[in-house]
Amino acid sequence: MSWTRKDLLTMRDLDAAEITMLIDTAASLQEIASREIKKVPALRGKTIVNLFYEASTRTRTSFEIAGKWLSADVINFSASGSSTSKGESFVDTAKNIAAMSPDVVVVRHSSSGAAELLARELTCSVVNAGDGAHEHPTQALLDLLTIREKKGHLDGLNVAIVGDISHSRVARSNIHGMRKLGMTVTVAGPPTLIPPFVQELGVKVAYRLEDAIRDVDVIMMLRLQHERMVAAGLIPSLREYSRYWGLTLDRLHAHARPDVLIMHPGPVNRGIELSPEVADGPYSLILDQVAKGVAVRMGVLFLLAGSKTGETA
Amino acid sequence: MSAALLVRGGRVIDPESGVDAVQDVLVEDGVITRVAASVPAPEGARTIDATGKVVCPGFIDIHVHLREPGHEYKETVATGTRAAAAGGFTAVCSMANTDPVNDNGAVTDYILAKARAEGAVRVYPIGAVTRGLKGESLAELAELAEAGCVAFSDDGKCVMNAGLYRHAMEYVLPFGVPVISHAEDVHLARGASMNEGVVSTELGLGGAPATAEDVMVARDILLAELTGAHVHIAHLSTAGAVRLVREGKARGVRVTAEVTPHHLALTEDAVRAFDPNTKMAPPLRSKRDREALVEGLVDGTIDCIATDHAPHALSEKEGEYDHAAFGIVGLETAVAVLLDQLVHPGHVPLATLVARMTRDPARLLNLPGGRLTAGAPGDLTLLDLDAEHTVDPARFRSKSRNTPFGGRTFRGAPWMTIVGGRVVSP
Repeated sequence: MSWTRKDLLTMRDLDAAEITMLIDTAASLQEIASREIKKVPALRGKTIVNLFYEASTRTRTSFEIAGKWLSADVINFSASGSSTSKGESFVDTAKNIAAMSPDVVVVRHSSSGAAELLARELTCSVVNAGDGAHEHPTQALLDLLTIREKKGHLDGLNVAIVGDISHSRVARSNIHGMRKLGMTVTVAGPPTLIPPFVQELGVKVAYRLEDAIRDVDVIMMLRLQHERMVAAGLIPSLREYSRYWGLTLDRLHAHARPDVLIMHPGPVNRGIELSPEVADGPYSLILDQVAKGVAVRMGVLFLLAGSKTGETA
Repeated sequence: MSAALLVRGGRVIDPESGVDAVQDVLVEDGVITRVAASVPAPEGARTIDATGKVVCPGFIDIHVHLREPGHEYKETVATGTRAAAAGGFTAVCSMANTDPVNDNGAVTDYILAKARAEGAVRVYPIGAVTRGLKGESLAELAELAEAGCVAFSDDGKCVMNAGLYRHAMEYVLPFGVPVISHAEDVHLARGASMNEGVVSTELGLGGAPATAEDVMVARDILLAELTGAHVHIAHLSTAGAVRLVREGKARGVRVTAEVTPHHLALTEDAVRAFDPNTKMAPPLRSKRDREALVEGLVDGTIDCIATDHAPHALSEKEGEYDHAAFGIVGLETAVAVLLDQLVHPGHVPLATLVARMTRDPARLLNLPGGRLTAGAPGDLTLLDLDAEHTVDPARFRSKSRNTPFGGRTFRGAPWMTIVGGRVVSP
C-alpha cells in the first residue's frame, strides 16, 4: 500500500489501513532519536511552514524537531507576532503563504474546520495540528503508537477518555482512531462536558469516574480549561471537579486494574485532573507520549512530502 | 400609466379564486382587468405567449434583508429588488436591521424613497420593535406604522425581555399589523454556529439545540394569547416549533409562521464541509425537523415561504466557520430549489406552493396582490416548470454570492416577472 492523500486533516477520514501505515512509519523512524547525529536526508530541500494561530509549545516544537531531523527547512509562523494582529484574514494569510511555495503547511487554529479551509486553498500538503474542538489527528496517532508499544497490540483494548469531551479535539480524533482499530472506548465526565449524541460515534458514556476506569487497559485524562468551564456554567467549581473527576492514587488503586496505563495529552493541570503522584507515577505514559509525538510527526511529514521522491530514511 | 399587457395561453394558478386552468390575463394601467379563457388583446397591448408556462400571482417574500441604508456593500434596494425580480418575486418586505436601524419614520421614508426611485419590485418595510434593536425600549411604533411599515420585527435578534415584548404586542394592536419573532433564546444558542446534534458533536462546532427555538416560540404564542396580538414566527426550523404553532392555531391563538427554502431543502449534514454558506440562524436542522417543516407547509400550519435573503460580502463568508457571518442569499434560488426539491418529487403540490408564496403572505400582512382577479395589482410570476438551470453565483443580480446552492442544477425556474403590468425580468 502507498500513501495517496495530499493532506492529513482528520482521523474520521482515514481507514484502518491508513492509520496503521502512519503508525508503522512513525515506529520505523523513531530510532533516529537515539542516534548521535539526529538527521536523515529524507526531506532535504523541502519547506515546512508551522502556521500556529493558537499558543502551543509542545506540538509546534514536536513538528519543528520532526521536520529538522528529516532535513526539511522549517519556518514557524505564529499568529500572535505576525500578520493576524494587523487584521489580515486567515484566508489572506493562507494565500500569502501559498505564494511562497511551501511543501507542507502544519496548521493549528482555534476554529473547527480551519485545516479543511486551508487545504481547500492550498495546493501543497496540509497537516492539521489541531482545529478548534474538531480534530487533532497527530495526537491520536501518537497515542495509538504509545499504547501499541506498551501493549503489543491495539485490537480489543478498552480505553476510558475522561474529562471535558465536549471541547476536546483530542477526544474526537482518538474516538475515531480507536474505534477503527477495534478498541472499545468509554467517554466519561459530568454530563455538561459530554457532547450530545456522542454514543452515535460508537462509544459508551459513563457519568462516574469509578465506572469509567474499572477494567480498562488505558485511562486517558483530558486537560480541563477550568476558567472557561466555570464561567460558562458547565461546572460549579474547580474544587468540585477535582473532587469527583480528579484521578488520584487512591481512586486508581480502588477501582482500576493494576496494569492500567495513564495518558494525558498535556499540559497537565496538576492537582485538578491528575494528582502529581499519578502524573509522575509508574502508570504514567505522559513522557512516552511526547517522545512518540516526534516520531509520529516525522512519519506524517515523510509520507506527505517525502515518499514521492523515492528517498528513504 | 403603462400600456396594456396580455399574458396569453398559460396555465393560470390563482389560489385565491381556486382557478387552475389555461387562461389569459389582461393587465391595464398596472391593474388586472380580466382573467378568462381567450381575452382579446386591446389595441396597442403587448402580448406575451405563455403557452406551456405557469402563470401565478406575483410571488411575495416577506423576509428580505435589503441592507440599505448602512450596509450597501452587501446589498442595496436597487440590487436586492433586481435579485427579487430575477427570482420571480414582485414584492419584498425589508427587515429593519439596517444602519441606522429602521426604528423611526425617517428611515422608513428613506427606504420607500429609494424603492420608488431605484426599486425593481414593490418594497414594504418592516419596522423595528425596539429602539436600535437593543431589546431595551420600544421603537416609535406608531410613527413607523404611519410611515408605511407593514410589520414589526427585531429580526436577527430575539427580544429576550418578555415584559417589553408583551408591551410591543399590546401597543401595535390598533395598527392591525403583526410582530414578527426571531425566536431564538440567546442563552441556549450562545456560541452556536450550527444545529446541536451528532454532526456538531463530530465537527466540534458549537451547537444551538432545537429547544433554543422552541422555548421562544412557546413564549411568543403564550404572549399572543395574553395580548390578543398577531405574532408571526420567522423562519421556523424545528419539528417542535411546528407542533407548537399547530397547537396554538388549534387553540385559536393568532399565530402564523414562515419557513425558508433552505430549511426545507437542506439539513445539518450540509455543514460537514465547513462551508460558511451553510451557516445561518436558525441553523440547518435534522432530517426529522426538515420533514416536519414540509408537513407543516402542506397542512397549513406554516403559512408562507420566505427566503430570509441575507446578503454578506465574500470576506464575511469565506473564512473560519465559527467567525463567519450568519445568513445566506435566497431570492435568486428560492423558486428553483422549491420546484426541484419539493414540487417535482411530489412532497408539496404546486398549487400549495403557489398559495404559500402569494395569497397567504399577502393575507398575513394585508398586502395588495397575491391574487389574479380583476382589480388586483398587475403583478405576475410566470414559471417554467421544466427549465434546467445550474446555479452560478457569479451571475446573481444580488451584490452578494453567499449561497449554499452554487453549482447545483435544479429543474424548474422563474420564467418572467411582471410588476404593475411591466416586465421586470428577464
